Amino acid sequence: MVAPGEILAEGRYLSGENTHREGERVYSSRVGVVEIVGDRLGVIPLKGPYIPHVGDVVVGRVVDIAMSGWIVDIDAPYPALLPASETFGHRGPRGRVDLSRIFNIGDLVVSEVLAFDRTRDPLITAKGPGLGKIASARIIQLSPTKVPRLIGRKGSMISLLKKGTGANIIVGQNGIVLVSGKSPDSENAAIRAIRMVEREAHTRGLTDRIQAMLRTRIRGE
Amino acid sequence: MNRQEEPVELINENGLRIDGRRLDEFRPIKMKVGVLDKADGSAYVEQGKNRILIAVYGPREAHPKHIALPHRAVLRCRYHMAPFSTPERKSPAPSRREQELSKVIREALEPAVLSEYYPRTTIDLFIEVLQSDGGTRCAGITGASLALADAGIPMRGLVAATAVGKIAGQIALDLSDAEDKQGEADMPVAIMPKSNVVTLIQMDGGLTHEEFERGFDIAVKTCHTIHEQQKAVLKERYLAIKEEVEGKSESTKGEEE
Repeated sequence: MVAPGEILAEGRYLSGENTHREGERVYSSRVGVVEIVGDRLGVIPLKGPYIPHVGDVVVGRVVDIAMSGWIVDIDAPYPALLPASETFGHRGPRGRVDLSRIFNIGDLVVSEVLAFDRTRDPLITAKGPGLGKIASARIIQLSPTKVPRLIGRKGSMISLLKKGTGANIIVGQNGIVLVSGKSPDSENAAIRAIRMVEREAHTRGLTDRIQAMLRTRIRGE
Repeated sequence: MNRQEEPVELINENGLRIDGRRLDEFRPIKMKVGVLDKADGSAYVEQGKNRILIAVYGPREAHPKHIALPHRAVLRCRYHMAPFSTPERKSPAPSRREQELSKVIREALEPAVLSEYYPRTTIDLFIEVLQSDGGTRCAGITGASLALADAGIPMRGLVAATAVGKIAGQIALDLSDAEDKQGEADMPVAIMPKSNVVTLIQMDGGLTHEEFERGFDIAVKTCHTIHEQQKAVLKERYLAIKEEVEGKSESTKGEEE
């Protein structure tokens, strides 16, 4: 584990994510766990803001309706723009379309980041499989830096959670997670497991512990 | 109503100060991060009788919009003393002194923050002094850099601060309120211990050239000591969880280096 400003290496190393270089030395820029891939040094942060990346699935809340789209709060430092053309149910010129009938203020929308480069606000789309308005689900929020751990390598962790609890889980890269199950019990189990992943994200052998926890739950019932 | 400070001996015959410290001894610091749930980052600092709470929000959308910069995040800082933080009630309105401290604290931290990562946003820093006993700006800076790191804001390094001064003709480290008021000089110093860059230096009163050199060296050394503690505090919470779930032997191995 490292804190900001701690030296990671000196010499011929590449400075990766969340590190910075000063001369020959590579330093950590954030609190996190050091990761070495080849000769590239990176730091996996433990807490921090969500920065959109193209292709990310995010869960956002509609905060405003503009002329031809919506402003969506995706819990990033920048508000996202969802143009009306990026939704279903808005086909062709039928005169004025009341945008609030598609998404109203306060609605939760699962969407994908179309474009973002920090000089302009992110553009998102709600057109695509699995995207669109959410009618009902339990909403939980965790640090966006822990999302990769919740998903796991090639989705191993999240599929384990889905299988183990029977609940449907939608993970937004921005740290907002939607859980919906057939029974409150399965939802609660899923939420407890997600909270455990969040708390222990920086430890080893987490998948095994989650598996063990889910198994004892099933046996207990 | 104006209470007159009782005349006291700043240094007794044994060479100890009012609170029993030696001249080159600073008040022990207690630090904690993540104390506020709603803030993106937070810290709490106790040093002597000082009690300071720090909250960081951001990077977030800049409001009002016109303060946003196209190439970097704007750091905003508010240093404020609670009305109950001093023996005499302090008006809650920001005083001239607090405005100045807000500015110098901001400038002490700005070189450490990699603000170009988040253009068009603001990072808001709130330093709330709950109880004060001299040296709150230094403890505030020390804690604020922890709160920024806790918020996950990329930084070149942490900032540590302490003060040196002159009491009863002698150089002393980390003056308390009484020592500051009755002493001859007070000089807060903040540095980035990683690169030994001075980010804040002020002086109230007068020091000779030699006294300045000597005092400055002591302050820098102390900042390095504080810096070691800061790093430990940032990791503490995570290492505790790691130890709990992984078992002791492994986590101590991981801590090496």
